[in-house]
Amino acid sequence: MSPVSQVQRREAHIHQLDNGMVLVGEPTDAVESAAFTLLVPSGYSTDPANRLGLSSLLCDMVLRGAGKRDSRALINDLEILGVERGESVGASQTSFSSATIASNLFDALSIYADIVRRPALPANQLDYGKLVCLQELRGSEDEPSQKLMIKLRERAYPSPWGRSSNGDEAGIQDSTTENVAEHFANCYRPNGTILGVAGKFEWPALVEQVESYFGSWQSTAPVEVDDSTTVNSQVHAQHESNQCHIGIAFPSVPYRDPDYLRAWAAVGVLSGGMSSRLFTEVREKRGLCYTVSATLQTQLERARVLCYAGTTAERAQETLDVTFDELVKLGGGVRADELNRLKARIKSGLIMQQESSSARSGSIARDWYHLGRVRTLEEIGALIDELTSDEVSSYLESHPPQDFTFATLGPAPLKLPQITG
Amino acid sequence: MNFRTHTLDNGLEIVAECNEGAHSQGLGFFVKTGSRDESDELAGVSHFLEHMVFKGTPRRSADDVNREFDELGAHYNAFTSEESTVYYAAVLPEYQEPTVDLLADIMRPSLREDDFEMEKKVIVEEIQMYADQPPFGMDDKIKELHYGQHPLARSVLGTVETVENLSADQMRTYFEARYSPSNLFVAAAGKVDFDALVKQVEQRCADWPMQSTQRKIPAASSGSSFHCVHRETSAQQYVLQLLDAPASESEDRYAAKLLATMFGDDSGSRLYWEMVDPGLAESASMGHYEYLGAGMYFLWMSCEPTDALDNFQRLVEQETLAQTEGFTAEELRQAQSKVKARIVLGSERPRNRLFNVGGNWMQRGKYRTVADDIAAVENTTLDDIHRVLAACPLTGGTTVTIGPLADWPSVNS
Repeated sequence: MSPVSQVQRREAHIHQLDNGMVLVGEPTDAVESAAFTLLVPSGYSTDPANRLGLSSLLCDMVLRGAGKRDSRALINDLEILGVERGESVGASQTSFSSATIASNLFDALSIYADIVRRPALPANQLDYGKLVCLQELRGSEDEPSQKLMIKLRERAYPSPWGRSSNGDEAGIQDSTTENVAEHFANCYRPNGTILGVAGKFEWPALVEQVESYFGSWQSTAPVEVDDSTTVNSQVHAQHESNQCHIGIAFPSVPYRDPDYLRAWAAVGVLSGGMSSRLFTEVREKRGLCYTVSATLQTQLERARVLCYAGTTAERAQETLDVTFDELVKLGGGVRADELNRLKARIKSGLIMQQESSSARSGSIARDWYHLGRVRTLEEIGALIDELTSDEVSSYLESHPPQDFTFATLGPAPLKLPQITG
Repeated sequence: MNFRTHTLDNGLEIVAECNEGAHSQGLGFFVKTGSRDESDELAGVSHFLEHMVFKGTPRRSADDVNREFDELGAHYNAFTSEESTVYYAAVLPEYQEPTVDLLADIMRPSLREDDFEMEKKVIVEEIQMYADQPPFGMDDKIKELHYGQHPLARSVLGTVETVENLSADQMRTYFEARYSPSNLFVAAAGKVDFDALVKQVEQRCADWPMQSTQRKIPAASSGSSFHCVHRETSAQQYVLQLLDAPASESEDRYAAKLLATMFGDDSGSRLYWEMVDPGLAESASMGHYEYLGAGMYFLWMSCEPTDALDNFQRLVEQETLAQTEGFTAEELRQAQSKVKARIVLGSERPRNRLFNVGGNWMQRGKYRTVADDIAAVENTTLDDIHRVLAACPLTGGTTVTIGPLADWPSVNS
């Protein structure tokens, strides 16, 4: 048998620019690629209450030409560099991710510097951008599970933290070129921007390039988040479908909380791997559904566990009851064998993460955002090794799943569990 | 990087791309069976069987199987397609032997009656789940319309009715016929100890009885037609199109992939600039899929119902334009860069290499390195593209649309 695998020692480097932007990098010679994740502080929480979806619209618009390139040249040049790219708008940030062969890293970065600093925001393409966002909104109407989860987040988080990044039709329709330009000026700023880079590169050369691309970017004051609106939505949404979609949420602790790993492990026992409790009880023992899951979703200052199950209407009540029962039971703690299985999965996951530049660039950028430092894989490995089932159970004793939020979508409403105590 | 193969006396092949520099390994059993090997009354049995394989063996209960995979820290799953069923796990190298033990054991499942009935419910849920999502079953429908009686027309999931009517005995008979050591193989990639792997597989699989299996690969005679299916409750209108394309045996498959990238990749392609960038469609894309004896271009477009007719017109215009005027050297260069980078990025993870190594072995009985694939992409010329375009035109094919539109005027025009 081969020796026991260990996470390699890889050092994370940090460089803060004078304008506040932070560069975190984890170089390695073990891969031929390089990837970066650029987090810009334009999240859906920064959308004005009457312009929901503005960050998403802006995210579309910044890609419609930047620096000396027009819309077509921008996308074409990224493709010639072989960039696999992705953009997403989260609660507090817009994330631009890019991965390509290592030798193209700096050229790709210089294009992204144009995108976030010098976008053309062409007025004659605003309608295109809006249409793209509206298509996205309409498309999600046809995805019942996605629709349900949007509703669950909206109900489970205080406003504006549970918004959908897609916004709403009125917010997008009403957005003007001025709104887009203003949002750009307010939210695309170096202070609050984090660039995570992983893969094959030399750190000193990267620092030099990043200084030249982003060093002269002027900082501006952060936008105040408007939390004056409240969202009232019904538990059940009527939807003509074969299946009923069930969502249950409860509060948990965010990534930076000292208890986070315990909370995360508890959710892992609930829903990590096929021997997890939800999979075993809901799917394996009862055949109630194909999909059942729970995830811990963390924002900077708050977190929720979000559970989902989808099942045909006539079995929906039983599915809801059995799933809910498992959430309540979790409060009673976890067993050592359950935690050990989870630890094995996490450990191999960490080691496999070394094999992906994209995954690492995202992780180190998010680490900086949540912790103000980067945890190496080695450090996370050690933290996982130290975790005991007693610790997870005592966390659950003091933080039992409670304060549940429900959402259902399907042909008929369900009877919600009676919550006692 | 070192490619190794070995064949057991009963015909079971073991193939591996061994990479000392990797941190993990991907290991899988690739079975040459799928919906194309089914009959009408067995529709869905390959996929149902894939679920049942995890339900235990004489040595293990279903709980044991799940628990042991998790104990190994394995990232594991299985999938069924028209012509293959694949069971795989990505694990740390020190778990090679227990992973082989577990995967090999479940390849001889008990197929117990009560597990069968329980899992049937899960399959029905899976069918219902997909029926609620775009394209609302039309992916199956379009294959039926395009391929007619050809085996590729068969649905992987089957229907609620066919699955409910299946018996455990029928599944056992199908299993005996299809999971023979000559009809499946073991593939591995990453940090693999190949000599040990051969011994480990031999110990567990050498006594599997040989059975001869056959697969019919009739020539595909495809149709050309248009169908509109009314679904009042959809928000968007969906248009699917299926066109003939180079098959998996064809050397033209690289040209076909580059052609599909130029024409219909989800970014930077002709369809992207024509319909997605201006926000006319939610999505408009085309991909190339290869099977034994037949290949297909599969197009997908979704948009607001009121724009659907115009968008379809745009789609047809783009197809006609590409067909008559071809592509440019600049477009090819861009597609080549993109596809090459995808190959390099995709090759970093052993589990991805596993699918490449296993897929090549499954379809062609050949091994291809990352460099081989890159060279094939680089060596594709515009002439190759235009030759493929002439052989497999982008015009015609089978089209199905589903959504709130009750009828489609151009059908009659």
